[in-house]
Amino acid sequence: MEYLIHLAILFTVYAMLGVSLNLVVGYTGLLSLTHAAFYGIGSYTTAILLTQSGVDFFPSVVLGIILTLIASFLIGLVLSKFRDDYYALGSFGFNAIAFAVFLNWQNLTRGPLGIPGISKPELFGIDFSNNFNFLMLVLAFLGLVYLASRFIVNSSFGRVLKSIREDEEAIQVFGYNTLYFKLAVFMIGAGMAAIAGSFFASYITFIDPSGFTLMESVFILVIIILGGLANLRGSVLGALFLILLPEILRFVGFPSSVAAQMRQLVYGLILILLMLYRPQGLLGEYKI
Amino acid sequence: MNALEIKKLVKHFDGVYAVDNLSLAIEKGKIAAVIGPNGSGKTTLINLISGIVPIDSGVVIINGVGARAIKPYNVPAYGITRTFQEVRLFNQMTVIDNILVVLTERNVFGALFEKHSAHHLKRVEEVLIKVGLWEKRSALAQSLSYGQRKLLEIGRALAMDSEVFLLDEPFAGLFPEMLKIMVAAVKDLRASGKTVVLIEHNMDLIRELADHVVVLDSGKLLAEGKSEEVLSRPEVMEAYLGE
Ligand SMILES: Nc1ncnc2c1ncn2[C@@H]1O[C@H](COP(=O)(O)OP(=O)(O)OP(=O)(O)O)[C@@H](O)[C@H]1O
Ligand SMILES: [Mg+2]
Repeated sequence: MEYLIHLAILFTVYAMLGVSLNLVVGYTGLLSLTHAAFYGIGSYTTAILLTQSGVDFFPSVVLGIILTLIASFLIGLVLSKFRDDYYALGSFGFNAIAFAVFLNWQNLTRGPLGIPGISKPELFGIDFSNNFNFLMLVLAFLGLVYLASRFIVNSSFGRVLKSIREDEEAIQVFGYNTLYFKLAVFMIGAGMAAIAGSFFASYITFIDPSGFTLMESVFILVIIILGGLANLRGSVLGALFLILLPEILRFVGFPSSVAAQMRQLVYGLILILLMLYRPQGLLGEYKI
Repeated sequence: MNALEIKKLVKHFDGVYAVDNLSLAIEKGKIAAVIGPNGSGKTTLINLISGIVPIDSGVVIINGVGARAIKPYNVPAYGITRTFQEVRLFNQMTVIDNILVVLTERNVFGALFEKHSAHHLKRVEEVLIKVGLWEKRSALAQSLSYGQRKLLEIGRALAMDSEVFLLDEPFAGLFPEMLKIMVAAVKDLRASGKTVVLIEHNMDLIRELADHVVVLDSGKLLAEGKSEEVLSRPEVMEAYLGE
């Protein structure tokens, strides 16, 4: 049971990451490979505040969001100079920079040693160090992130995002300064990733830079491509599937150690097979 | 009165002068056809006016206000809408959404919290009925036929209710039935006092529609004037036959 709750919490965190990245990649067509950087900023903000100051969990989430909004504003501004492949490469660069900062700003992040002993929140007398309570809390936040995302994609703003994805130059001629729309959705997605990061840090109690590499960004991308671009439910399903994948591998008879190794291989295979046979993902409406 | 005027407009791509020191005036409420052989700079002219390509030098005067640098997103504010020679729709969006999207609030917060008024939906319906695509309203733009795509694009432009319409070969490749719809739409624009700049190759259509004809050759003005008059000049015919 404990283990199921553990998986459920991880799933919830990744579902948040997937849904938020889908706003950027699936709906707006910006192939961002820097989502793990924002996830990392949220994680580190909470980790540092909770271990080195008296700040509580919830204020640390808010601060994580604010810092991420600032970072994503600046990064988004630079990335707005790029299109398509260049965008993907540029965003990859920012993830590499974020990783280097987590690794090398040792006074703050303790570098490769990581930050242990991150505590769990408490609110209204509810103790969230109980994993079941914690799960309920992250699920509630996933619900908020999901509803906010649904509101966004169903709004007129969301329609403009899709038109940017389809033909940015064409929609510009109709009077939209697309820079603002792209920046807005990029920052919204980043802020949501920061929330996921705060919960992750608090739950797992130990973080180090290895959790926020380019591979992590790719993993989130695989979630949304598998589930389907421009489909929010797809991202939730994608997260569920990929979190359960190691268990599935174990279930079909691979020993644990092999199952862990196999994971990367299977992610890779999934990507290739999808691109070959179903580029819009399982539930997706849009092809890159 | 002139709806649109350009003075000494220049655009070159590497060695090619696509638009070469071109000056023109387009009268309000008229249809002005822009003709000329392939590569004579017709599309580039529209691209310059709509900010798709930056102006090298010269000025575009819209309603008496001059602009030397035009940002595409300011083009509607000048009262200008355009279509593209190679139809550019929002392919993986529905027909309705292709129109609705240009009726939206232009700022992020406005768009986020906008409630589409019945007025907008009415406008979409009007436009789609006019171009004969109301039945197709829920289809994805990418599933439409070539002609339907051209009609959807003109529908999107009509929804903007601008003063000046820059239409880049709207009739090209249309079968008679759709051609009729398109011709009617362009005539309606003039009837409602709008100004149309029409790039077109078909002389019969130009005779039927255009009040004024501008002939370009290698980015330069070869001739301009009343359509019957210009079309009967030998040097104009020669430019066409020589292509
Ligand atoms: N973006 C661009 N980059 C480089 N050269 C260009 C570009 N756009 C146009 N040109 C060149 O400028 C010249 C004018 O092209 P333009 O498309 O304006 O001609 P056109 O009159 O519209 O021709 P057509 O009747 O074939 O549509 C051509 O030589 C073309 O190759
Ligand atoms: Mg052309």
